[in-house]
Amino acid sequence: MEEQEYLTFMLDGEEFGVDILCVQEIRVLTAVTELPNKPHYLKGVINLRGVIIPIVDLRERFGKQGLSYDEQTVIIILKSPNPADNMVVGLVVDRVAEVYKVNRDSVSAAPSFGSAIDNSFLAGLAKVEEKLILLLDMNNLLDQQKLYIQGELAS
Amino acid sequence: MSIDLSQFLPSFLEESDEGLALMESGLLDLEPGDDESINAIFRAAHSIKGGAGTFGFNQVTDFTHLVETLLDEMRDGRREIVGADIEILLKSVDCIRLLIEAEKVGETCEDSRIGHTTDLLNQTLALSDSSNEESNEQASVESTNVGGSSQTSWQIEFIPEHHLVQTGNDPIFLLNALADLGEVSIRCQSQLPAFDELDPEELFLTWQIELIADVDEDEIREIFEWVEDECQLNITKVETVEQVLAEPEHIASENTEAPVPQIEPEPVTAPEASIAPTSAPAASTPATNDKANKPAAKATVKAKPDAGSIRVGVDKVDSLINLVGELVITQSMLSELGNNFDLTKVERLNAGLEQLLQNTKELQESVMRIRMLPISFAFNRFPRLVHDLSLKTGKQVDLVINGEQTELDKTVMEQIGDPLVHLVRNAVDHGIEAGEQRIANGKPAQGTITLDAYHQGGNIVIEISDDGGGINRDAVLNKAIEKGVVEPGVTLTDSQVFDLLFEPGFSTAKQVSDISGRGVGMDVVKRNIQALGGRIQVESEQGQGSTFRVYLPLTLAILDGQLVKVGDQVYVIPLISIVESLQAKAELINTVSGDLVLYRLREDNVPVLPVYQLFNLPADNKDVEGCLLVVVEADGQKVGLMVDDLLAQQQVVIKSLEDNYQQVDGISGATILGDGSVAMIIDIPGIIDMALSHARDKQDQFYQSMTQEHV
Repeated sequence: MEEQEYLTFMLDGEEFGVDILCVQEIRVLTAVTELPNKPHYLKGVINLRGVIIPIVDLRERFGKQGLSYDEQTVIIILKSPNPADNMVVGLVVDRVAEVYKVNRDSVSAAPSFGSAIDNSFLAGLAKVEEKLILLLDMNNLLDQQKLYIQGELAS
Repeated sequence: MSIDLSQFLPSFLEESDEGLALMESGLLDLEPGDDESINAIFRAAHSIKGGAGTFGFNQVTDFTHLVETLLDEMRDGRREIVGADIEILLKSVDCIRLLIEAEKVGETCEDSRIGHTTDLLNQTLALSDSSNEESNEQASVESTNVGGSSQTSWQIEFIPEHHLVQTGNDPIFLLNALADLGEVSIRCQSQLPAFDELDPEELFLTWQIELIADVDEDEIREIFEWVEDECQLNITKVETVEQVLAEPEHIASENTEAPVPQIEPEPVTAPEASIAPTSAPAASTPATNDKANKPAAKATVKAKPDAGSIRVGVDKVDSLINLVGELVITQSMLSELGNNFDLTKVERLNAGLEQLLQNTKELQESVMRIRMLPISFAFNRFPRLVHDLSLKTGKQVDLVINGEQTELDKTVMEQIGDPLVHLVRNAVDHGIEAGEQRIANGKPAQGTITLDAYHQGGNIVIEISDDGGGINRDAVLNKAIEKGVVEPGVTLTDSQVFDLLFEPGFSTAKQVSDISGRGVGMDVVKRNIQALGGRIQVESEQGQGSTFRVYLPLTLAILDGQLVKVGDQVYVIPLISIVESLQAKAELINTVSGDLVLYRLREDNVPVLPVYQLFNLPADNKDVEGCLLVVVEADGQKVGLMVDDLLAQQQVVIKSLEDNYQQVDGISGATILGDGSVAMIIDIPGIIDMALSHARDKQDQFYQSMTQEHV
């Protein structure tokens, strides 16, 4: 009986889960500094206790329509599960939902079609309390090469 | 019971590094009759030998012993100090360095240079011995250091304190060292206490040693120098015997005969076994050998991880402690003030905050100073380099070093070494002319290369100048035209021509030598210097010599920046690259070929780069007229950056963007401003490249639309 805890958040009506061990903190979005010639989903960078952290709007990264930000907008600061790579990123989400314990057995493979989301970001689908949660693959999501599509500019 | 010696290894490595550097510089300046220098060299070699022995680096010990023997002969005046010997000793210094390097990673050094140098040393020693005294032939073959004719017999009584071994001293090393001096016979006595009183970590042995060697008492005492306070040492001279040479086997048997109690882990080994010269692995001709090995050796040096320790002067640490003390006082004053605060105390609060500001600033400066090392660390290797190069090229070159005490950040220092070596090599090889030519030109036959370092503003400037032939401007220009770097018929300023030297694959040397001239290098030099945030400038006068001037930031972690505003974003422009800031006047603005705007700055035409356009930002002001221009320079190219506002100048701490994101064009890093927000630092060469590629794209589009129209 292997269980793993996931933090879930809402994104355009769908519930996504990230491995709770990768969550560094949850913050309210503060003013960001823009980067020149950045991809549209990259909102800019913030200073988090001396570390420069890029902020990614997950809606836009997943090809959905972005929301306008207000004081309620939260970011989840995630750090890479790979200790050799200290990558940290902030994800803008609609709202944080719950923390669930998910049994390995109840996770099924993600469908290989019909999703606007790059499949490599999905680790699987979990059924919790009759809800379906899309579990994100932390290793792929927190990979600079994959998260930031090379060469795509905001022109 | 054994003490973990590995904890002392870093300091040994550091000390031996220093010792080797000292030997090297000493050897280069060595003049006949200079007792002080030769003593210093000898001492350095001796401590390396001793240290290496402690750590069991036998290869190092054996090799250094040979070196020491040669040095010893020089010291006693038994050998004249001649250039050839010094060359061998310099080579030996390299070998010791290689050996220690190899021991550090726990390997045996298989470099053929070691064997070769060992042979050279042995030959030199053998030569002197046979010339000194014919009867010594056997000794010289055995390469023990029996040099003189009169042997003295010494009776040494060595009674160590019980705790001797606990301080990391091993009597075996001492006895081995004695055995190195000459023929020894050792008798060991144990005074073991009753078994229940026996502490296994203590030493209950005493030794009686009979030594027959050509040494005086001081030399024997020197061996026991480290344990002097922890033992009783009685040295008595028995008699002066006529030269009697013992069979080497005899020594060995004497040693093993000595009753060694079972507490001792290993028997005293025969001295000649350790001194025996390491056989030279199939030595090919020395010259080719040397060259073939050099790159390999360099690679191993590069691969080693940064040792990561800094030696800091006590004064620097003391001033830090003082500052921390003051900080604590200020802090307690402020918290006292906060306890029952009312408006009457505002003034005192302000004063306190002011003091806090002062303290923090000073603390920051002191901490940064810890990373600063005098540039002599980088300059030290040049006397040797110039010495070797002048031998190789047959040119007489004198090296003058000034400003060695100028301090520079450790990281910068580590990375500036190679570019400097390259520049000095170039100066010897291309800069200084051959002796006859110099005399023909009315200059002294000996060329001079000057290394100078000094502070200028927030930068450090390193100058490498030679009094050689200078750079042939026309040759450079012709070569550039030949290579297609420059269009024929273009007029260039001197500095622009000299900048061509840094183009990849550019060399004007008519002959490729093994020192330089393959045309790789200068571009690497420039790239390395730029990677450090610095720049390089060339000045040269035909027939008078050239000067290469390297400008470097004092440190990599902190940068003096000018804050500017573009749209609603704040950017930082490195102060080092700013030439001037000005407000654009309408009559000086020229618009060329549609898009490109040139601004007339005295005799220069400076292209104007609109930052908002390059960075895709909304800007308040899109009109060049009346806007603020920050004129910056990179790669000898001046451009005017169009900004909306000039804000404060301040020191900013550089943060990497690449840790969590990736390289951004035109941005070299980020920093955090006083209010906690992030500001981008503009990469000046990068933004110029960006502007160029934008212009090229536009041109391509233009041509494409032209051709399409034609179709």
